[in-house]
Amino acid sequence: MSVLFTKRLSKELVDLKINPPVGIEVTEADTFKSWKLTLDGVDGTLYAGERFTLEFRFSPNYPMESPEVVFTGNIPIHPHIYSNGHICLNVLYNQWSPVLSVRSVCLSIQSMLSSCTCKEPPPDNNHYVKTAKASPKQTQWSFHDDSV
Amino acid sequence: MRRSFARRRFQSMYDISDEDLTFEDSYRDSDEDVEDVEDEDDYVDDDDTDLDFTDVVAGKDHKKNYEVDFVVHSIEGIVKNQDDEVTHVSNILGIQKQHTATLLRHFHWNKERLIDRYVEDSTEVLNKAGVIIDNTKTSKLIKVPGFICDICCNNDEDLDTLALSCEHRFCKNCYEHYLTQKIKDDDGNLRILCMANDCNVIVDEETIELIVNKDIHDRYRTLLNRTYVNDKEYLRWCPVPNCEYVIECHIPHISLTSIVPTVECVCTHRFCFGCGLPDHQPSICVLVKKWIKKCDDYSETEDWISTHTKECGKCHSNIEKIGGSNYMTCCKCKYEFCWVCMGPWSKHGTSWYNCDRYDEKTIDAKYKQAESRASLERYLLYYNRFANHEQSAKLDRELYNKTEKKMVEMQQISDLSWIEVQFLKKAVDILVQCRITLKWTYVFAFYLARNDQTNVFEDNQRDLEMAVEQLLELLEKPIEAEIIAELKQQILDKTVYVGSHREGLLEDTAKGLLESRWEFQVDIKN
Repeated sequence: MSVLFTKRLSKELVDLKINPPVGIEVTEADTFKSWKLTLDGVDGTLYAGERFTLEFRFSPNYPMESPEVVFTGNIPIHPHIYSNGHICLNVLYNQWSPVLSVRSVCLSIQSMLSSCTCKEPPPDNNHYVKTAKASPKQTQWSFHDDSV
Repeated sequence: MRRSFARRRFQSMYDISDEDLTFEDSYRDSDEDVEDVEDEDDYVDDDDTDLDFTDVVAGKDHKKNYEVDFVVHSIEGIVKNQDDEVTHVSNILGIQKQHTATLLRHFHWNKERLIDRYVEDSTEVLNKAGVIIDNTKTSKLIKVPGFICDICCNNDEDLDTLALSCEHRFCKNCYEHYLTQKIKDDDGNLRILCMANDCNVIVDEETIELIVNKDIHDRYRTLLNRTYVNDKEYLRWCPVPNCEYVIECHIPHISLTSIVPTVECVCTHRFCFGCGLPDHQPSICVLVKKWIKKCDDYSETEDWISTHTKECGKCHSNIEKIGGSNYMTCCKCKYEFCWVCMGPWSKHGTSWYNCDRYDEKTIDAKYKQAESRASLERYLLYYNRFANHEQSAKLDRELYNKTEKKMVEMQQISDLSWIEVQFLKKAVDILVQCRITLKWTYVFAFYLARNDQTNVFEDNQRDLEMAVEQLLELLEKPIEAEIIAELKQQILDKTVYVGSHREGLLEDTAKGLLESRWEFQVDIKN
């Protein structure tokens, strides 16, 4: 981790602990390489009562480069979330901006889950899961559906 | 103004008309004298309004039909061209240069379109291109009391900070990190946006220069030059690896069916401006492309199989007959058959080794086979000659080394000076050039449809071929003191002869292309 940016992650962590967003909690953040957070389904949505785990992996260039973000363990069934945990969300890839943060990414994912109207896997799930690389950042994503 | 441009014109070394050169110089100079930036490039787009136009027409009469006008630019020249265009447009639109540059890049250096669109709806153009114009702001590093950088969370008192005209402020370190990384893994479009989320303001050139170190800035500049040249239809990089010259030539793509625009870089590489391949006069680009595909194509192998083999009537293996009688036994399935009619041998009864069982079907098949064989043979004939000249050109290049030895030898056994033995080198140069031309004449001839004109072409081709062989023979003669003077004269004469034959052939072919005199067996418009 570049010395330049350790301060940023420390600050993000303190901020998430002191002032956590509703339904989001840091469960593991021993290093600046990878964190785990839990994400609760919002009441009144299809995912109410469910709890998911997100894993953030930071490259030494974070926040210049986006973090690698995947679901682990219990994977939500959602048209933009593949059963291997990969998430199709533009801010994680080409629309990343260094001012975005762990908090803003979690909120984006939470809102993506909340606006879902039909729990079903992505149409190309089987094919993608078979061929995808370990890191979702090596996938060429195309973003076309803004509704969920 | 334009001193950095090396001016070149494809010209035979035996016929450099002074008039042509002085005309071009004076023409350029007059362009230089006009300080009005609006005249920049206008000698191309706007000939009618240019007084020099009449001179251009007069100049073109001198030029050979197979030659095209071109200019070689150095990197400095290319940088200057961009600068001039930016200044020009910046004056017209009345906006700062760094923003004009961003706009021009957004419009792929099409300044006419930029100006049109800008006059129509400047707000939309600026929005789309990611430019906010605020003449009160220039990018500079300042220290802001109490500032905390949103990216690295640094809040040092003496932190240098910077904001683009969108006013999203970040510290210099973050900017440097960000820009360095963007420039290093550039994906070719160089649209580097402000770091703020959802902000599409482009980081302009001036800011980049202010922030990044010299190496990264150099790379950025290189990438800018690359996109500039790629965006301009009339510019092309010299294809030689590591050669950094750019050729400017105003032959539109649509003319490539009637012109072969051979250009020559200052690195001496001669290539076609149309397709970037090495010089292929007199063949036009489309024929060259078809030929290369044909040579690469696997289908020629299949042609061979279809011409030289027959299928076993039972197991369909391909069988090549290399001798023996018509009584065949397939070595795979042991089927016994007749090579002539392909029917089972058992039906031939007593008419041993003679087959008279012709029927419609076999005649048809035989006809087809003959046709395919003829077309294959034709291809092979042309291919062999093409390949032969290619090979000879390579050997002739080796002749260079021998020639150098010979030149030393000549200086030793005669009173000729180094300058005076240069004719040998020139002769080899011409020889190699002729080989390349000859090579491509076979491609041209291969696609040529037979008519009265073809004979002229083939005569020219044959003459040149013979002349080349004669020159080669002279060059390979051993050197003896008493015949040096005579040999030198012979070689000089033959070199001129060969050169003028090559020119004649190219001239006639090029003229024919312009007059649509040639008919091709293939569609050259596709």
